[in-house]
Amino acid sequence: MPTEQYHEPPGELPEDVRTFARMCTSLIEEAEAIGWYAQRLALEQDSDAAAIMLDAQEEEFKHFSMDLEYLLRRAPLWRAVAQRVLFQPGDITENGDAAEEVFEEGPDDDEAPLIPGSDGSLGIGSLKGMQR
Amino acid sequence: MNHLLRDIAPITDAGWQELEDEARRQLVASLAARKLVDFSGPRGWQHSATNLGRTETVGSAVVEGVAPVRRRVLPLVEPRVPFTLSRAELDDIARGAEDADLDDLAQAARRIALAENVAVFNGWDAAGITGITQASPHQPIGITDDLTTCPRHIARAVEVLLSSGVGGPYGLALSPEVYKSVVETTEHGGYPLFDHLRKILDGPLVWAPGVDGGVVLSLRGGDFLFECGQDIAIGYDNHDAENVELYFVESFSFRVATPEAAVALPTAAAKATRRRR
Repeated sequence: MPTEQYHEPPGELPEDVRTFARMCTSLIEEAEAIGWYAQRLALEQDSDAAAIMLDAQEEEFKHFSMDLEYLLRRAPLWRAVAQRVLFQPGDITENGDAAEEVFEEGPDDDEAPLIPGSDGSLGIGSLKGMQR
Repeated sequence: MNHLLRDIAPITDAGWQELEDEARRQLVASLAARKLVDFSGPRGWQHSATNLGRTETVGSAVVEGVAPVRRRVLPLVEPRVPFTLSRAELDDIARGAEDADLDDLAQAARRIALAENVAVFNGWDAAGITGITQASPHQPIGITDDLTTCPRHIARAVEVLLSSGVGGPYGLALSPEVYKSVVETTEHGGYPLFDHLRKILDGPLVWAPGVDGGVVLSLRGGDFLFECGQDIAIGYDNHDAENVELYFVESFSFRVATPEAAVALPTAAAKATRRRR
């Protein structure tokens, strides 16, 4: 089975980084599906078919949100940025600029692990389970 | 820019990529402890200590009737290993050279990995770290040059752990010398010793620079706790017209939650050294 979700050799990656990569890929796939259903719904003339597609797209909204929440829980820096951008009133790009202060201050929760490699490190992390 | 000051190093993006790739290759091969113990983090450069959940008494009360205790913590240690790279070599990497001389980087990577392994397996008294073999209450089981007896010793170590209520799977960290001998040895009938030991352990055999002989330990989790602040990174120190001075750095603490979850298997030489201590 191809493993295109990995940018580096999977055998050299720790388990938590492999899981993180899989969830990132899942997030991408859910977003793609939402976009595909949007296109199909724009063209579909059969109301029953459109209702089914809408139901399916609603499922993808839920899957995308769950994937995102999982990733944000494991990446405090990402979460801290997201908290300053998502569900905030006002101009999105201005909120994005303001969110950059997080990179100077660090995430609020110092007990949660950082994204592997986001601390300027080589991102090696856990190697448990590796043979030899 | 963070504390590693990488942005002011005279190194191209391609150069950093090559340095990091080579560093990862060296480190993943040598970081034996991380293949066997629980890893948590990284929690960042500003993370300074591990919470032990314990207190100690303070000498005197500041106000009568107030019982004084304070929290005990385990400070993180910061191993740092400098290394030097020629700017001419870095220039060649930028030109696309694939055979750059990165020996000093490779040696430094192996050295910081060795420090981590030694701290975890043998302890680091000055840093307040008790190693796995130091903490183990079990009688060490000596292994000899005659590796045909090795399965018996490993099976005995597993039996000691089971008798202590410590479940598997189990892993075996082996010094490079013993690891090489195990890989080269076949038993009667040509069966590889390596595979036989894996069957007994139901877990991996790990090449572990810094280990004396071997250590059998449980991999069930919760017994050996490595807490990482800054994961291993390359930082910039200074440069001149000829060379760039860089360094490897990390911060971590290590503690043994279940001392009974490991058995040391020293070689005869290691046992003699231990007796002299």
